[in-house]
This record gives sequence, structure tokens and C-alpha cells, in this order.
Amino acid sequence: MPEFTLRLRRYDPDAGEAPYWDEHTIELESHQSVLEGILQARARFDGSIGIRCSCRAAICGSCGVRINGQPALACHTHLDQAMTGARDGVIEVEPMGNMPVIKDLIVDMDAVHWAKIRRVTPWLINKEPIPEREYIVPHEAMVDVTQSMACIQCGACVSDCLSMEVDPLFIGPAALAKAYRFVGDPRDAQHFSRLKDLAEDPHGIYDCTHCFKCIEACPKGVAPMSQIMRLRRVAGRDHQIDDGNNGGRHERSFTNLVRDYGILWEAEVLPRSYGGDSRLAKLSPRAGGELLESLPVIAKALLRGKVTPKGVLKPHRLPKDDLKQIKRIYETIEGREAGERFELNLYISGYDEEQEGAGGATPDAASDAAQGGDGGQQGAEAGQPGQSPEGSPSR
Amino acid sequence: MKVAYWPGCVSRGFTPELHGSMDKVAPLLDLELVELDRASCCGAGVIAEHNQELADTLNARTFALAQQVEGAELMMNICSTCQGAQTECQERLDANAEYRAHVNETLGEDGLTYEKGLTNKNLLWLLVEEIGLEELRSRVKRPLTDLRVGPFYGCYIVRPTDRLGIDEAKPRDTYLGQVIEALGGTVVDYAGAYKCCGFPIITMNKEVSLRQAGRHLGDAVAAAADCLVTPCPLCHLNLDLQQPLAERMVGSELRMPVLHLPQLLGLALGLEPQELGMQRHVVKPTSVIDWSTSVVGGVNGG
Ligand code: SF4
Ligand code: SF4
Ligand code: FES
Repeated sequence: MPEFTLRLRRYDPDAGEAPYWDEHTIELESHQSVLEGILQARARFDGSIGIRCSCRAAICGSCGVRINGQPALACHTHLDQAMTGARDGVIEVEPMGNMPVIKDLIVDMDAVHWAKIRRVTPWLINKEPIPEREYIVPHEAMVDVTQSMACIQCGACVSDCLSMEVDPLFIGPAALAKAYRFVGDPRDAQHFSRLKDLAEDPHGIYDCTHCFKCIEACPKGVAPMSQIMRLRRVAGRDHQIDDGNNGGRHERSFTNLVRDYGILWEAEVLPRSYGGDSRLAKLSPRAGGELLESLPVIAKALLRGKVTPKGVLKPHRLPKDDLKQIKRIYETIEGREAGERFELNLYISGYDEEQEGAGGATPDAASDAAQGGDGGQQGAEAGQPGQSPEGSPSR
Repeated sequence: MKVAYWPGCVSRGFTPELHGSMDKVAPLLDLELVELDRASCCGAGVIAEHNQELADTLNARTFALAQQVEGAELMMNICSTCQGAQTECQERLDANAEYRAHVNETLGEDGLTYEKGLTNKNLLWLLVEEIGLEELRSRVKRPLTDLRVGPFYGCYIVRPTDRLGIDEAKPRDTYLGQVIEALGGTVVDYAGAYKCCGFPIITMNKEVSLRQAGRHLGDAVAAAADCLVTPCPLCHLNLDLQQPLAERMVGSELRMPVLHLPQLLGLALGLEPQELGMQRHVVKPTSVIDWSTSVVGGVNGG
């Protein structure tokens, strides 16, 4: 049976000693899990190794750890798979980040993860009147929330969240994904107040720095960041929430600047995000204060010729005909009624069956292949989006 | 090699030195840039946050324009955020024929169509995958000997790995290090390389945003880096333009120069710091680094 060496991060806060690394060599088949490896080390060499687990089948969410620096479920990571990420031939296992360590690989989920989940009122607040029998809801609406319902509360996303790393008060990916589970549920009566609350909280939906870490971390394809973007979309567009964090205004002014100029006029984004969507925004007290505070930066940028006065006062913009096209695209799409909106979620729809060059291609795929394949132009190559072989992507 | 070139908005706005240095470097790499000057902002994730179909359609229009460029082998961008935001839209467009047809219907009114399977590469990917490190090395005039460079990728170009086509065959999350080495520099290992500069929330939570920038810059200082290099102009804004405020936030002097990727290339390919617009940065690399001693290879080297 093959041998694997595990390097475990050991720490007992009660003992008052510094954390240290501990190495054990275990014997298991390579398709067996890192968790089984840790359990064998505990059984054979050191009964004091702290690890939490239950289902051993990627369902209960107890065994979240970092393997070679990446968040993962220990029971869901094969030893050979872990070896590919091992820098020096040793599989490194650490406790998750952003949460205090209780012992060795066990972190305090109550203090961080569960406290944040409770923060978002994680239950359905029924619409009145409550029907005598079941609620009747559109099928698509429930399909839409299945992605956030797939969460097993393992905390892997919390562990790696880069906003939380510098702002421990950030509500964070798992809890916000949970919030969307109710904001997307037509039976819930409190969509507006939930969103208002999360938009006004300085550590709420607008505190996410869009780093994709949680998408990469999640073993269940929940894509918390995508759920946060949905929360923002519903808050800003459907409920027109004008929050004190500039979130909604930032989104609207950015979008409208691109409509009006085709490319982004950065000098206007900041004042409009603070002061509202108009050229007079810089005169508003809120924007004025912010501009004043940024004055040293602006002055320096002007001084270095990085930002020219012309660039601040006059936008660069697209040629007239192109601007017309952009405006028309905006009118068509922004003009759609709420029911006609088209939003594609690959988590639900997956990729088309067809793959270039694959046998049994549909007529559609065949024509695509013919068009994309030659002509001296863009040919699809491996590593392009939509070529992922694993089927359902994690967004 | 001829490419349909998307410079992005910021490179023509707040970081003009990026666009300028790309222009200077292109001929030295035999790159013919056909600028997509009719294309719109990629939306930087913000338009998608507002309306996904709108972002997808605007980018499909850009892709369609790129596909019209006669003889271009692919589309090239010089911004991590453009790469990530555009790839996200392209993923949806390429995944679903029905959706693609729906988006093309909107574009059709202006006679444009996006055909599945565009190749869109950041300069960084293009350097390694199209030009090749060997070729790059052979063109170096002034190796960056003794220059300690910390890579700073930008989130959009490293995550999610499956969407961006990062795997064993294409370890795109190691390319910056490989390029630094090919140019003769030393790669600095520090905690911030794959982290977030904080720019996306600068208008929403300035303090948290600057704390992120300050932390990574501080880590680079601690690892004795001479400078950072980034393929992302938005990262550059938070790491360079905002560095004085980030210093205040973390309460220590940082003085860490941040170079755009084409600037680092340009230096090694023999251009002068001034030609590359390096005096335009807030933290002037021209004053912080003594290029005559840092870059010791000399014009005869390489
Ligand atoms: S995308 Fe947002 S929620 Fe997800 S890890 Fe990054 S900062 Fe945290
Ligand atoms: S969203 Fe994913 S990573 Fe986060 S707790 Fe749920 S299952 Fe774990
Ligand atoms: S033990 Fe249940 S998820 Fe790993």
C-alpha cells in the first residue's frame, strides 16, 4: 500500500505554547481521503490530534481544513489529488482561516460562521395570509435558489474571504449566500427590509471585494459571490435602494456613464457614487467631503501628469455611431419588463452538450465548429471558457 | 503577430502610462496592435452586477468587433479585470447556443454577430503561450539582474481557475513569476501575490479597501521587494495612486513602486524609464530605484 506523509498544524491555545508542525507517514490507497489519513495518524501515532468529522461523505460540512494552503473538505480530497499540490512531497494540513483555532485542525465555527449566519435571519418569514394548504410558487423561482440551498455550512468560503481578512465584521460569503436563499424565495414577505438592512450595513453586501475566493473555495458550487451580486442586483435595480455606503449609486452611475460615453469616465465615478447620478454630483456635500479628503491624491496625480485636467473635465468617448449602438443596446435590454429579463445561471443550465470535434455533434455545434475553426481567425483552444469537461460549473 | 487589441478604459484614463508603454513595447515583440477603438467598457463586473444580459451583450459586441479584424490571430487585453469580466461573459455566451442567439439578435440590428470560440488573452498569457519565454529571453537587452520583483496578479486573472483555463497544462497563475525570471529579475515570494488590491470597494468601504492595499504593500516591503509588477491597472490605482492613503491607514511608510507589466518588459527590452512613463506614478520608481545599479546587465548584456 502506498505511503503518504502528512504535515499537520498543531496548536492548543490552552497550553500556552506556540503552534508547530507535526509529521506522520501513513499507509493508504491513493484514492482514499486526507481525512482517513489524519484519522489513521491519530489512531496509530498520536491520539491527541484534533480533527472534526462526521459523515465522511462530503455532506455534513464538519471537516473543512486547508490542504496545501487551499480550503477543502478533508473527506472529499483524495490523497493522490492532495499530492499534486504538495510543494515538497508532503501533504500540508492546516486549520481554516479567519476563525479562531480551538485545537489543531478544529476552528471555532460558532464564534464566526454561525454567528454570521444568524445575522441574516436565516428562516422564511411567511407572506400573509398563510395559505391553508401549500404555497404555489413558480418552478423557476425555486430552481433559482437551489444553488444557495446546496450549502453544507462547511465554512471553506469564510476561511478564505479576503474582505473578512481585513474586516472581521464583514457578514461574509456563506451568510450572504444564505440571505439570497430567502430574498430569491417568493414565499418570503421581507425581501425589501432584508435587502435594505444588508445594503445599509457597512459590512454587508457592498463590503464584498469581488475577489472570487469563495467561488474557488466552495466544494458545493454555491458560488457565494454570485449570490452577493444577485443580492446587489435585486437591491439596486428592483428595489432602487439608495444606501449610505454608495453601493447602489456606484452601480447606477458606472452603468450610466458607460451608456453615455461608451467607455468609463473614471473621474466622474467617485463623485457620482457619493453625490448621485449627475454632473453636479461633485457639488453635493457628501461628494465634496470625499473629494476634499482625496485632494492630496488628486493633486499628486495631476502633478505627475498621470491625470490631466482635461481627463477630469472632459471624458474620452466613443465615436458617434458607436455610441448610438451602445445606447440602443441599453434601451432594448434595460427596457425589458421584469418578467422578460434574461439571466443565465450556468449552475442550473450547464454547458451545451456539444464540444468542438466531438462525435455526435448537433447541427448547431457543427456549424459553430466550422465558423470558429479556421478562416485565419479566432479558433477555440483548450483553456477557453465553456470547454470545461466537468459538466456543471460552479457559478 | 497581429492582434485585435483591447486597451480597456483605465489605460486611457487614469493610467495613461500603461497604454503608452504597451505601444512602445509592441514593436519590440513584433506585435501588431489593431486597436478596438469602437468597443465599449467591459463593465468590470459592475454592469453585470446591475444587469447580466447588458454586460454580456456589450462584451459580445466587443468580441464581434474583434472577430472582424482581418488577419488577427486573437484578441489581446492588458487588464486583469477586463480579462476576468470578459471571460465571464464569454463563458455564458459560449455555453449556451440559445442564449448566444438571443444576444446576437440584439447585436444583429447593427449588423454584428459574435461567433462562439473567440480567443482573448491578456498580454501576460500571450507572452508565455504565443511568444514564448525562450523568444522573450532572447530579446532582452538589459536583464533585470538584482531587481527583486513581487508579482501582483489581480483577482480577475487567477480566479475562478476553471473559467480562466488555469490547469497543469496552462499554469497561468505562475506566468508572472516566469516572465520576471525570463527578464533576468528575481521573483519575490510574499503573501499578497494572489490577493485582492481592494479597489472594487474603494467607494463603498474605503477603510477596508485601503487596509487591503496597505497590507500587501507592507508584506512586499517586509520581503525586501524593490517593486511590484501587475497586469491590472485597477490594482495599480489602489496600490500606487492610493498608496499615500494606504500608508496612513496602516501607519507605516511603504514607498513601494508598482510597475505595469509592459513597463517591466520595456525596461528589459532596453527602453528608458522615462519613455515608459514611470515618472508618472505616485510612487516614482525612477526615484525609489537606482536603475543604473539595479539593472546591471548593461546594454551589452543578454
Ligand atoms: S468574493 Fe466577496 S464574499 Fe467572496 S471571498 Fe471575496 S470578498 Fe469574500
Ligand atoms: S457556501 Fe460553500 S464553502 Fe461556503 S459554507 Fe457553504 S458549502 Fe461551504
Ligand atoms: S466529514 Fe462530513 S463533510 Fe467531511
